[in-house]
Amino acid sequence: MDGVNTAGVRAVARIRARSDGRGGTCLPVLESDGPLALRRSRGSGAEARVVLVGAMSGPLGGDRFAVRTEVEEGARLRVGSAAATLALPGQNKGGARYDVRITVADGAELHWLPEQLISARGSELRVTTRVDLAARARLVLREEQVLGRAGEHPGTLAGRLTVRIAGRVVLDQELACGPGAPGGWDGPAVLAGHRAVGQLVVVRPEFADAPVGPRRLGDGAAVLPLAGPAVLVTAVAPDALRLRRLLDEGLSSLG
Amino acid sequence: MASATPRAALLVLADGRFPAGGHAHSGGAEAAVGAGRITGASTLEDFCRGRLHTTGQVSSALAAAAALGADPVLLDEAADARTPSPALRSAARRLGRQLMRAARGTWPSAELDALAGRFPKGAHQPVVLGLTARAAGLGPADAAYCAAYESVSGPATATVRLLGLDPFDATRVLARLAPELDRVADRAVEAARRVADEGSDALPAASAPLLETDAEAHATWPVRLFAS
Repeated sequence: MDGVNTAGVRAVARIRARSDGRGGTCLPVLESDGPLALRRSRGSGAEARVVLVGAMSGPLGGDRFAVRTEVEEGARLRVGSAAATLALPGQNKGGARYDVRITVADGAELHWLPEQLISARGSELRVTTRVDLAARARLVLREEQVLGRAGEHPGTLAGRLTVRIAGRVVLDQELACGPGAPGGWDGPAVLAGHRAVGQLVVVRPEFADAPVGPRRLGDGAAVLPLAGPAVLVTAVAPDALRLRRLLDEGLSSLG
Repeated sequence: MASATPRAALLVLADGRFPAGGHAHSGGAEAAVGAGRITGASTLEDFCRGRLHTTGQVSSALAAAAALGADPVLLDEAADARTPSPALRSAARRLGRQLMRAARGTWPSAELDALAGRFPKGAHQPVVLGLTARAAGLGPADAAYCAAYESVSGPATATVRLLGLDPFDATRVLARLAPELDRVADRAVEAARRVADEGSDALPAASAPLLETDAEAHATWPVRLFAS
């Protein structure tokens, strides 16, 4: 057991989605843990929906949160969150961690569309998202980072997003910003003063035969076909609202 | 103390006049000048610092890993995954192919031949660079330094042409980045040494969103001085 004074909260939430054999998706595992609360919401058609309702109050310094999601063969799952996640400084020394682990099996589909992650002044958070997809799996995954609340300096935020398809890594991207990040993160090569940055990954087996072309979405945003049946929509924007518009526009351009 | 490492080969490889075609690329500087993001020495320095710690860090580690003898096919795949922009992937392969030609002419090696055969359209340039360093008898730190330095020397030189920047100002930018180049190369070698046990996940993946999106915009320009 960890002492409360030396470590923050440890929480691991789990989701498993399975085809119910009648054209729908059931959730044999839906485990909330501490501040990470999961709720099933009304799905549509074959899809099950889960909303992450906790986490708004954290993660604080020293906290270690993890969400593990498995989508089994033929299942369809949509995961969202009730509100933005706010990274705040805590009383505990050291940074917080938020680790997302996702596997999606053949013929299964996951829409992972949480609200923004906001890095508040003085916070220190490391986020990792690792997605392992089978060759015939489908994915839409969005991550948005907002650097500081309105008019506030950002905390220290480091994120890594890794996507594998059939064991082959097709996307591996880290972004570090805020105090203590390697120099130049706010400069003309990286963010150029923008305070919202986001990534949207779309994986569809049919991209292998019908690849999409690259497309600009305005200054600082583009649709980028990856080396594999996947596309990255990447964008920087002055604020969360305009970032969301760019990512939505990129997604809808894929048809 | 006698050294088995022929360091002078590093000067040959790192020489801007080494005929590997790098002069035709601006490392994103032309796109950033066009977007109004580089306007003079100070913004050039910010640009180079950002590029060094992202693309430069990744390239440096890839080169070091290739110099250590890691599987270049695995490294090439890792480079693809760290380069979401198709324009930048294609520039990296074009540069890799040109470097390969120069390298095989300079330091003939069975490993270079094998990589050229595996990637006839070119492997990612840092992977070829690392293998070239290996063929020249150089070590991972040498490869790491070459890649890290190239990540900033290209944009600095290009900006002299693009903005008519004073060459002394551009060179001072590079000199001011020297301590950070040391740190980037050190971290690159450290990460590269972990590849044997941990695979390519051990390599850094630092990204620069604007380098990626600006590269796609640049690729559509009808007239430009540099290929990338």
